[in-house]
Amino acid sequence: MSDPFLIGDSLSGGYGRGVDILHSCTISVNEGEIAVIVGPNGAGKSTAMKAVFGMLDLHEGSVSLGGEDISHLSPQDRVAKGMAFVPQNSNTFTSLTVEENLEMGAFLRRDDISGTMAQVYELFPALREKRRQTAGELSGGQRQQVAVGRALMTQPRVLMLDEPTAGVSPVVMDELFDRIIEVARTGISILMVEQNARQALEIADTGYVMVQGRNAFTDTGEALLADPEVRRSFLGG
Amino acid sequence: MDLLNAIVAFANFVVLPAVSYGSQLALGALGVTMIYGILRFSNFAHGDTMAFGAMATILGTWWLQAMGVSLGPFPTALLALPAGIAGTAALVLLTDRLVYRFYRERKSAPVILVIVSMGVMFVTNGLVRFVIGVDEQRFADGARFIITAREFKELTGLREGLAIKSTAMLTVVVAIIVVALLFWFLNRTRTGKSMRAFSDNEDLALLSGINPERVVMITWIMVAALATIAGVLYGLDKSFKPFNYFQLLLPIFASAIVGGLGNPVGAIAGGFVIAFSEVTITYAFKKVAGYLIPAWEPQGLVQLLSTDYKFAVSFAILIVVLLFRPTGLFRGKAL
Amino acid sequence: MTLKPRDMTLFLAVLALIAATGFLQSWNVALGILNMGLVSAIMALGVNMQWGYAGLFNIGVMGFLALGGLSTVIISKPPVVEAWDAGGPRVIFALLVGTAAIVAAILAWKRMPVGKARASALVAVLVAGFFVYRWLFDPAVAAIEAVSPARAGNLGGLGLPVLIAWPVGALLAAGAAWVVGKTALGLRSDYLAIATLGVSEIIIAVLKNEDWLSRGVKNVSGIPRPVPYEIDLQNSERFVERVSGLGFDPVTASTITVKLAYAGLFLAVLLLLLWLAQAALNSPWGRMMRAIRDNEVAAEAMGKDVTARHLQVFILGSAVCGLAGAMMTTLDGQLTPSSYQPLRFTFLIWVMVIVGGSGNNFGAVLGGMLIWYLWVMVEPLGVALIGGITAGMPDGFWLKAHLLETAAHMRLLTMGLILLLVLRFSPRGLIPER
Repeated sequence: MSDPFLIGDSLSGGYGRGVDILHSCTISVNEGEIAVIVGPNGAGKSTAMKAVFGMLDLHEGSVSLGGEDISHLSPQDRVAKGMAFVPQNSNTFTSLTVEENLEMGAFLRRDDISGTMAQVYELFPALREKRRQTAGELSGGQRQQVAVGRALMTQPRVLMLDEPTAGVSPVVMDELFDRIIEVARTGISILMVEQNARQALEIADTGYVMVQGRNAFTDTGEALLADPEVRRSFLGG
Repeated sequence: MDLLNAIVAFANFVVLPAVSYGSQLALGALGVTMIYGILRFSNFAHGDTMAFGAMATILGTWWLQAMGVSLGPFPTALLALPAGIAGTAALVLLTDRLVYRFYRERKSAPVILVIVSMGVMFVTNGLVRFVIGVDEQRFADGARFIITAREFKELTGLREGLAIKSTAMLTVVVAIIVVALLFWFLNRTRTGKSMRAFSDNEDLALLSGINPERVVMITWIMVAALATIAGVLYGLDKSFKPFNYFQLLLPIFASAIVGGLGNPVGAIAGGFVIAFSEVTITYAFKKVAGYLIPAWEPQGLVQLLSTDYKFAVSFAILIVVLLFRPTGLFRGKAL
Repeated sequence: MTLKPRDMTLFLAVLALIAATGFLQSWNVALGILNMGLVSAIMALGVNMQWGYAGLFNIGVMGFLALGGLSTVIISKPPVVEAWDAGGPRVIFALLVGTAAIVAAILAWKRMPVGKARASALVAVLVAGFFVYRWLFDPAVAAIEAVSPARAGNLGGLGLPVLIAWPVGALLAAGAAWVVGKTALGLRSDYLAIATLGVSEIIIAVLKNEDWLSRGVKNVSGIPRPVPYEIDLQNSERFVERVSGLGFDPVTASTITVKLAYAGLFLAVLLLLLWLAQAALNSPWGRMMRAIRDNEVAAEAMGKDVTARHLQVFILGSAVCGLAGAMMTTLDGQLTPSSYQPLRFTFLIWVMVIVGGSGNNFGAVLGGMLIWYLWVMVEPLGVALIGGITAGMPDGFWLKAHLLETAAHMRLLTMGLILLLVLRFSPRGLIPER
C-alpha cells in the first residue's frame, strides 16, 4: 500500500503554551476511505483531528496531504488545499437559508457551483425542499446535513467530521452514516471523531482508539470490533 | 369636514415629521447595527461619524455652489454626497487601520472597543469642530416645499394646511432607495451574504474561506455611506450643528436596540417606533382635539410631555423593551 | 497597597505642573486648577469604583453630578415663601402621587398572575396615575413659576448650611443609581451604558425645564458658601492687617485665602474618600468585587449574587459622583443646567480614570488631577501653538484666520488622542492596578 492520502504523523502539542494534550499521535486516512477516531471522554479525539486541521500548536510531528507537507499552513489555507471541516457545534449559519449556507461553503470557488449543489441535494433530498428556510429552523439531524453539505460544497478531497451524530436520534444517526459512506464512495476521504464507537467502527476502514492523547489501538474497524480488549475497555463488552 | 381637518393637522404635525425623522433614525441605526453585527461592539462614535459625513458633504456643497453648480429644485448637497461618503469612508478606514484593528487582532473584550470608540468620538468631534466650528450651518438650497400649507388649503378648501417640505420628501425617498440597495446587497450578492455569514458565525465563516478583513472593510465603507447619508438628510431637514449629532446617539441606539441589535430590519422598525413615539407624545394635540370635539375647549396644549423631554420617550421605550424583550422586537445579533 | 516611588514622582510631577502655573501665570489660576482637579479626582474615584472594581460601564456620570448640583440648591438656598404658599405642597403631593402610581404599577406586575388582566392593570394604573399627576402638578407649577420669575420662580431650598448638601447630593445620586441599577444591571454592558446615558440626559432635561425646581436655564446663582467671602475678608481689619503685615496685597490675598479654604475642604474630603475606597478595595468585599469582575460566571457559580453586588457598587460609585457634583456646584456658587455637557462631564471623567489607571484609586486621583490640568491648559497651549504655526502666514490669509479661530477646539482632539494612545500603549494606565 502506498502512503496514506492524509497523514498526521507523530503529532505532539496543545493549545497555546498550555500542557501537551497529544503525545506522538498518528492519524491517517487513505483516499476514498473512512477513518474513525474513538476513545473515552477527554482522550483528545477532537484535539487530534483539530491538530490535523491546523488548529493546534504543534511542536513535533508533521501533517501531509497527498504527499505535500502542509504542517505550516493555517486552517484557512488547508481549506483551499481541499480539506473541509465540520465542527461539532455551531456548524451552520443559523440565520442564513439552507441554500445560502451551501453557497457560503463554496465561497472560495469561482466556477459554477450548481452541479455540486445538485449533488448535495441528491445526497440529502430533505434539504432541497427546505432550501429557502433558515438553517436555524431545521431539526438537529437536518442541521447536521446542512453542515456536511456546506463542507462538501468546497469539493474537498478530505472531509473531517467532529462528532457528527452528537445529539441526534439513533435513526437519524444510521441515516447519516449511510450518507457518509456514500460520500466516501465518490472518492472523498473521511476522517471522523465519534462518540458512538461501535456504530462508527462498523463503517470504518481504519479505526483509531485513543487514550490520554496517545494511540492505544489502531486497526481496521472490523478487527477493532473483534478485539476483546477493545471491546471490554471501550465498547462496553 | 372637521374630521378631515383633524386628520390633515395630524398628518402635517405628526405623521410627516415622524416619517422623515424616523427615516433619519433608521439610517443611523442601520449603521450602528451593522457595526454591532460585524465588529461586535457598540460604536459610540457613530453620531460624530454622521457629523463628519455631513460636514464633508457641506464643504463639497459650498464648493459646488461657489462654482455656480445647482441641481434646480433639488439640493446641491445631493451632488456632493458621493464625495462626502468617500471622505467619511477614508476617515473610518483610517480609524480602523490605526485604532480598531489592533484590538480586533487581540480579540479584546467588546467593552474595551466601546471605550476605544469613545476616544474616536472625541477625536472625530474635535476634528469636525476644528474644521467647521460649532455653529449652525445651513446648506439646503433648491425648492423649499413641494406643496405649501397655503397651496394645500386653496387646493382642498380645508382650513388646515398640509405643507410637504421637499427635504422631508427627499429624506423618505433617499432612505427607501438606500434601504432597498442595502437589502439587495445583503441578501443577493455574494459579498453581502458573506457579511451575513460572518455576522452569524465568525468561526464557520473563516472555515468557509471568507476573508474577515475584507468583510470588515466593506462594512466600514457601508457604515460610512449610511452615516453620511443619514447625517446629510438630517442636516438638510433640520440644520447642521455638530452637537446635535452627538445628541442623536441616544435615539439612534434606542432604535437599534428596540429593533434588536445586529438586525437591519429591526433597526428600521426601531427608528420609526422611536420617531413616531417621540413626535406623538410631545405633540400638542390642542388643534386636533379642537376639530374632533368642537365643544371641548381645552385649557392647556393637550400635550403629554413637553418637547424638551423627547429623550425621555426614546428612553422609556428602550427600558420597556429591555425589561420585557431584551433581544429587541426582531431578535437581534446576526446581520 | 502602598505608593511606589514612581507613583509618588507622578503625583509630585502633577503638583509641580500646577505650581509652575502658579509661578509663571498666577496663583489664582493655579489654585483654581487645583480645586477643580481635587473635585475631578473625586469624580474619577466614583467612576473607578464602578469600572475599576466591578467593570460596570456608566456613561451617565453627568447626570449624577447634576443631581449633586441640584442638592446644593435644595439644601442651601433660602425658601421662597410666596412660592411655597402658591403651590409647594401641591407639587410635593403631585410628585408623591406620581411615585405612588409607579410603585403601584410595579406591585401590580409582581403580584398579579400572568395574563391579560395584569397587563391591562399595569397600563391602567400608569395612565390614570399620569393624568392625576399632571392634573395636580401643572397648576401648582404655573403658580410657583409666576412668583416673581425674574428673581425666583422656584421653590428655593431649605436654607441649611451648604455643606449638608454634599452628603445629600450623594444620597440623591444614590437614589437615582438605585432606580437605574434595578432596571439595567444584569443586562449586557452596552445596555447599561445606553441606560445611564439616557438617564443623565433626562436629569439634565429636568434641570433645564423644571423651573419650579431649579429655575431652568435662568440658573440659580448665589449659592451660599462654606467659606468666607472675599469682600468680607477685605473688610475685616484683622485680615487686612495680618496679610499686609506679611507683605501681600489684601485683594489678592483674599481671593487666595478663599481658594485655599476650598482646597483644604476638598482635600479633606478626597483623603477621607481615598482612605475609605482603599479600605473597601482591600477588604474581602473588594476582593470579591474584583473576582466577580474578572470572572462573573465563576463568581456566580460560587454562590455570589452578582447582580446585587453590582447594584451595591453602582450605587456607591454614583453617590461619590453626586458628592463631587455638589462640591463642584458649591465651588462655582451657581447651578447652570445648560453647562452640563456629556463630553465634559461624562467622557472626560472616563479619560481621567483610564489614563490614571482603572482599578487603582490612586491612579484615578492622579488621572483626575492631571487630565483636569491638561483640559485647562490645552486650550491656551493650542492657541499658542497655532499662533506659532500661523506666524509665518500673511495676515488676512483665510487659513490663518480659520486656524486661529478654531484653535480652541483642540481640546477634544487632544483628549481623544490621549485616551487612544493610553489605551493602545499603556492600557493599564499611569498607576496600574495591582
